[in-house]
Amino acid sequence: MNNELEKNKLSPRRRLVNFLVHLMLAVLAIIWVLPIFWIVLTSFRAEPGAYTSTFLPKGYTFNNYIKLFTDRNVLNFPKMFLNTLIIAIFCCIFSTFFVLSVSYSLSRMRFGFRKPYMNIAMILGLFPGFMAMVAQYFILKALGLTEGSAIRIGLIIVYSACTGLGFQIAKGFFDTIPRSIDEAAIIDGATQWQVFTRITMPLSKPIVIYTVMTSFIAPWVDFVFAKVICRANADQFTVAIGLWNMLQKEYIYQWYTCFAAGAVVISIPIAILFIYMQRFYVEGMAGAVKG
Amino acid sequence: MENNRSNVKNALLHGDLYTRLSAVVMGLGMIGHKQVIKGCMVLLCQLAFIFFMFDSGIHALLMMPSLGTRAQEKVWNEAKQIYEYIAGDNSQQILLAGVVTCFVIAAIIVLWIIQMRFSYKLQKELEEKGHVPTFKEDIRNLFDKNLHITLMTLPCLGILIFNIVPLVYMISMAFTTYSKEDEHLMLFDWCGLRQFSRVLNMKGNIGRQFWHVLGWTIVWAIFATFLNYILGMILAMVINRRDTKGKAFWRFCFILSIAVPQFVTLMIMNIMLQPSGAVNILLQNLGLISSPLPFWQNATWARITIIVINIWIGIPYTMLQITGILQNIPAELYEAAKMDGAGPVKIFFKITLPYMLFVTTPYLISSFVGNINNFGVIYLLSGGGPTYVGDTAGQTDLLVTWLYKLTIDQQYYNLGAVIGIMTFVILTIVTLITYRNSGSYKNEEAFM
Repeated sequence: MNNELEKNKLSPRRRLVNFLVHLMLAVLAIIWVLPIFWIVLTSFRAEPGAYTSTFLPKGYTFNNYIKLFTDRNVLNFPKMFLNTLIIAIFCCIFSTFFVLSVSYSLSRMRFGFRKPYMNIAMILGLFPGFMAMVAQYFILKALGLTEGSAIRIGLIIVYSACTGLGFQIAKGFFDTIPRSIDEAAIIDGATQWQVFTRITMPLSKPIVIYTVMTSFIAPWVDFVFAKVICRANADQFTVAIGLWNMLQKEYIYQWYTCFAAGAVVISIPIAILFIYMQRFYVEGMAGAVKG
Repeated sequence: MENNRSNVKNALLHGDLYTRLSAVVMGLGMIGHKQVIKGCMVLLCQLAFIFFMFDSGIHALLMMPSLGTRAQEKVWNEAKQIYEYIAGDNSQQILLAGVVTCFVIAAIIVLWIIQMRFSYKLQKELEEKGHVPTFKEDIRNLFDKNLHITLMTLPCLGILIFNIVPLVYMISMAFTTYSKEDEHLMLFDWCGLRQFSRVLNMKGNIGRQFWHVLGWTIVWAIFATFLNYILGMILAMVINRRDTKGKAFWRFCFILSIAVPQFVTLMIMNIMLQPSGAVNILLQNLGLISSPLPFWQNATWARITIIVINIWIGIPYTMLQITGILQNIPAELYEAAKMDGAGPVKIFFKITLPYMLFVTTPYLISSFVGNINNFGVIYLLSGGGPTYVGDTAGQTDLLVTWLYKLTIDQQYYNLGAVIGIMTFVILTIVTLITYRNSGSYKNEEAFM
């Protein structure tokens, strides 16, 4: 196949193969994009209800978006949005600090607790997340963080407290930065702290951005922890619970199209962040596997 | 470990007065060896510990064996002419307090060992060099050669308090009668391994469901892991082919579907596949089927649907993760194979797959673990249903979703905890066996 002649002029058989491959990719791409396309359509649908007799909407409107952000009586979406934003900002600060500190320490420093820490992290990863979650609720309750606006603090703690276990990708990235740079700086009289903040961090912008974004996104897309910790405190709901509620029996007829609108509103920024982040993700994975 | 013990022993045997005294009054060894501030901090910890123990710790420990005995009582109040409730013991709080106290005691023991060794070290340093680091120097070291202590303390505390303590607490619940059954929600007792034998006993109702759920969990995890892995790899290779045009566009299409938050796509899928959902409407309008397909109503249908939808979700992820690694496969391997006249299928099975399996075993293990613990897909798609009458577990429930139902919905906390432990045991076994037998463990860098 590397033949020069073949390169310039494709044989009929290879043309057929190419055609089939592209056709297959097109079909697959349609399958993958169709549900997303459908939800965007639904968000502009004029008639209410979850189930319609036609695949395409009969009429189009922008009211679903307006209702979503103005109707505060039944499901207070703007409040949920604000709650989630506050939680996400704090969570982002703490998790980023935790993940980067742990990853840097494990990658660059050598201390007795290093190996045990990595083993413990692996073992803890084998427990189902919920086992800890149920007990976390009781602990938060004992600390008085499950009532009123303290729920927010509870959720921030739950989302960020254990992030020190997710060091693999960032560590993989730090491992790829040559140690000779650190050593040179230390010979020049820099402390480890200066190496961390002035040398490693600027060199690791991709992974810093990746960590900031993933920790910012987490509260928006988590549904289970929020539901268990908020229970019935409706004014502390996050966006994910709100969207889930819109699909429950009592709301679905009135709110289904609004759910679609909400899903689009949440997905657009996250999708943009994700598409921007994916190359760091790919690099991190390749690095983590190699390491 | 041997070294540690001998250090504490040495400190007790050969330490001077201060060092030996610090076995009783913690921190004295440091105060006596010119590290007053640090010593005082340790001493404060000890005082706080003593205060805690007398304030609540001892009580908490004493309550642990019985887990509380007083039930809530209803008493007729003559003066007010109403029934008044007198709060009884709350076993769940007693258990939590007990577990926390155990952790506090463990922490103080660790601190004791550290300060004993440290006092002895200080004493030696004073004897040999006549100088020990001042408090200022210690602080400076925390940002230099001891930076890991500064950086890791908070994350470790977070993990300890919000992961390890809850896990131990939950594990201890497995040995109690804490459940809605027989009204043991307020007061419960230790009951040894009874819940374990209930779960493992195939003849009982719970046991029958457990083995059923376990079987499906494993089938699911195998399908979800390997189908996604192989199909995702094929997709990545097809897109990476030299002759494929518009690589970035194709990649974008697939990545778009995972860029949308997963719970949103899952809920949409659930609605779309309902009897009167978009998919059935579309198929009916096209005249392909006459009555709606029972995507969620029939157990077999539901299982297949879930696996297929998981492929839909998982393939782009695999594609994304594998693209980078695929490009690392040495090109000589492919060229040699082509010279020998191997076709694309043969190349895939003889070169690509073995190479990828070799390199990505850790990734495969973690995705297998992730799938066994994959709560979101099942809970949001089928909710574990269809569920037969009298069962707590539905036909598509995994161990994790069953755990969730048992604890959050049904309040069978003890059974939930047992199932959590069983999941952990199964995962540990699977991980150890596959990891031990994997090429990348047996001999690193030995591929080819």
